[in-house]
Amino acid sequence: MERGTRRLWSDLDLDVSQGEFVAILGPNGSGKTTLLTMLLGLLPPAAGEVLVDGRRPQRGSSRVGYVPQQKALDPSVPLRGRDFVGLGLDGHRFGPVFGRRRRERRDRIADALHQVGAEAWADAPVGRLSGGEQQRLRIAQALVGDPDILLCDEPLLSLDLAHQGVVIDLLDRRRREHGTAVLFVTHELNPVLPVVDRVLYLVDGRFRVGTPDEVMTSETLSELYRTSVDVVRVRGRILVVGHENVPVHHHGEQDDVVVSSFARS
Amino acid sequence: MDLIDLSQTAELLALPFVQTALAAGAVLALLAGLLGPLVVGRGMAFATHGISELSFAGAAGALLIAGTAFVGVGALVGGILVAVIFAVLSTRARANDTVIGVVLAFGLGMGVLFQSLYQGRTANKFSLLVGQIVGVDSGQVIALAIVGAVVAVALVALYRPLLFASLDPDMALARGVPTRALGIAFALMLGTTTALGIQIVGALLVLALLVTPAAAATAVTANPVVATVLSVVIAEVAVLGGIILSLSPGLPISPYVTTIGFVVYLVCRAIGAVRLRRSGRRETQGGTPRPEPVA
Repeated sequence: MERGTRRLWSDLDLDVSQGEFVAILGPNGSGKTTLLTMLLGLLPPAAGEVLVDGRRPQRGSSRVGYVPQQKALDPSVPLRGRDFVGLGLDGHRFGPVFGRRRRERRDRIADALHQVGAEAWADAPVGRLSGGEQQRLRIAQALVGDPDILLCDEPLLSLDLAHQGVVIDLLDRRRREHGTAVLFVTHELNPVLPVVDRVLYLVDGRFRVGTPDEVMTSETLSELYRTSVDVVRVRGRILVVGHENVPVHHHGEQDDVVVSSFARS
Repeated sequence: MDLIDLSQTAELLALPFVQTALAAGAVLALLAGLLGPLVVGRGMAFATHGISELSFAGAAGALLIAGTAFVGVGALVGGILVAVIFAVLSTRARANDTVIGVVLAFGLGMGVLFQSLYQGRTANKFSLLVGQIVGVDSGQVIALAIVGAVVAVALVALYRPLLFASLDPDMALARGVPTRALGIAFALMLGTTTALGIQIVGALLVLALLVTPAAAATAVTANPVVATVLSVVIAEVAVLGGIILSLSPGLPISPYVTTIGFVVYLVCRAIGAVRLRRSGRRETQGGTPRPEPVA
C-alpha cells in the first residue's frame, strides 16, 4: 500500500473470518486509518486486492459499517437520533424515498436503535446528547445497513470507562449474534483485550498478525520497533515499555522511560 | 407618525404593483425558507452575509458599467462567483470565516465605490442595500418562480446526501458522499437565491430571510423535515406580513420583516429553552434512562 510517495506497508495478507474481532495497533502514521479507508472503498491499494466477502468494497456499501471516533456534534444540529441513524442507511443515496421503502426504512432504523438500546433518546436532538449516547447512535448508524464487517476507528477515544465498556459490549454482541467481523483500530489494547481474537500490529511498514499472546511479546515488538521494547503483563493488562525516542508510546510523550499508552493513564 | 397603521392597507393591496410585490416576496420567502436550515446547519450565516455583499458589489458594478438592465446579471455573477469560491476554499462543510471576512470587506468597498461613481437616479443606488420591492416587475417574478422551482426540485433530489454532508461531513465522506460537489451545488443555489433576493429586498434583508426563520425553526424542532417546513412558514409570515404592514405608513419593508422574524426567533428560543429545562428535570428524576455502565 502506498500513500503519496510513501510506501506504508507491502505484502500485508490478512484474512478475517466471520465474527472475528481484530485489533489494529501501531504508532501514528503507520497506516491504520489508511487501511480502513481502503476497506471503505475510498482508496484503491497500490498493488494487490482488497475484498470484502469476495467482492471489492464499494463506496457507501451497506456491507461495511463504520464507527468513527466520538466527536461532539453541534448542539443546534437539526437531527433527531433516528434521523442520524437513518443517514447511515441511505444518507449517501440521492432522491426521495416513498411508500414501502419508506416503511422498510423506518423499521430498520427502529431495529438498529433497539440493537444498541438507544430507543430512549431516538427523538432527542443528537447535539444535546452525551458523548456516550452519541457513540451508541454511531454504532446504530453503522449497524442499520446490516453490515458483514464493522470498521471502527478509535471509537473509545474521549469516552469514559463506563461508556467504553458499553461500546465494546455492543460490538462483541453484534459479532457473536450476527457473525459480523470487527476491525478495531485503537491506541489502547487493554480495554478490548478480553474480546480480541487477533492483533495486527503495524510499525513503519513492518507488521505482525497473530493472537495477542503471539504478538504482544517483548521479542516481537522489539523486532517490529527495531529496538529493545519490554512487554509486561500485570493483572491481566499488557504494558509496553520503551526507551527514549522510541515511538512505542503512542501519545507523543517524550519522557525517559515511558509506560506506553496500553495502560490507561 | 404611526409605525403601525392599517388605514390605507386595504386600498393599497388592490394595486397591481403591490400584488406583484407580494408574489415576489412569497416566492423569495419560500426559497429562503427551504435553504435556511442547511445554511444554519452548515454554519454559513456569515458566508451568506459575504455572498450578499459581493452580490451587491456585482450589481452596483453592473449598474455603473452597463446600466439598469444589467443589475440582475451583475448580482448573479457576484453572488454565484463568491458562493462557489467560498465552497471551494472551505474545509469540509464549514466555510472559512477569515477568508469570508477579507472578501466581504473588499466587496463592500467596491460596492460603495461603484455606487458613488454612478450618476443615475439615486433611488437605484439605495435599493440594492435595502430593497425596492414595490419596483419589482412581473418579469422578475417569473424569473424568481423559475429559479424557485429549479431549486426546490434540486433540493428534493439532493436532500439526504446534502443534509448528511452538511451536518456530519466526516462520516458522510467515509460513506462515499461527494461532499465537495454537494458543497458547490449548494453554493450555486445559495448564490442564485441571494442574487435574486438583493434586487427585491436588498442585501441586508437577504441575510434576515436566509438565517432568522431557520434559526427560529431549529430552536423548536430537531426533525429536519419539520424544521424546513417551519422555516418556510416563518419566512412567509415575516415577508408577507412585513410588506402588508409597511404599505400604509409608507416605510421600507426591512424594519417590518426583520422585526417579525426577530420576535418569532425570540419566542422559539424561549420555547426551546423551556423544553430543554423540562427534559433536564425529567432526567434527574430518573424518567429518561441513561446508558448503564457495563464495565
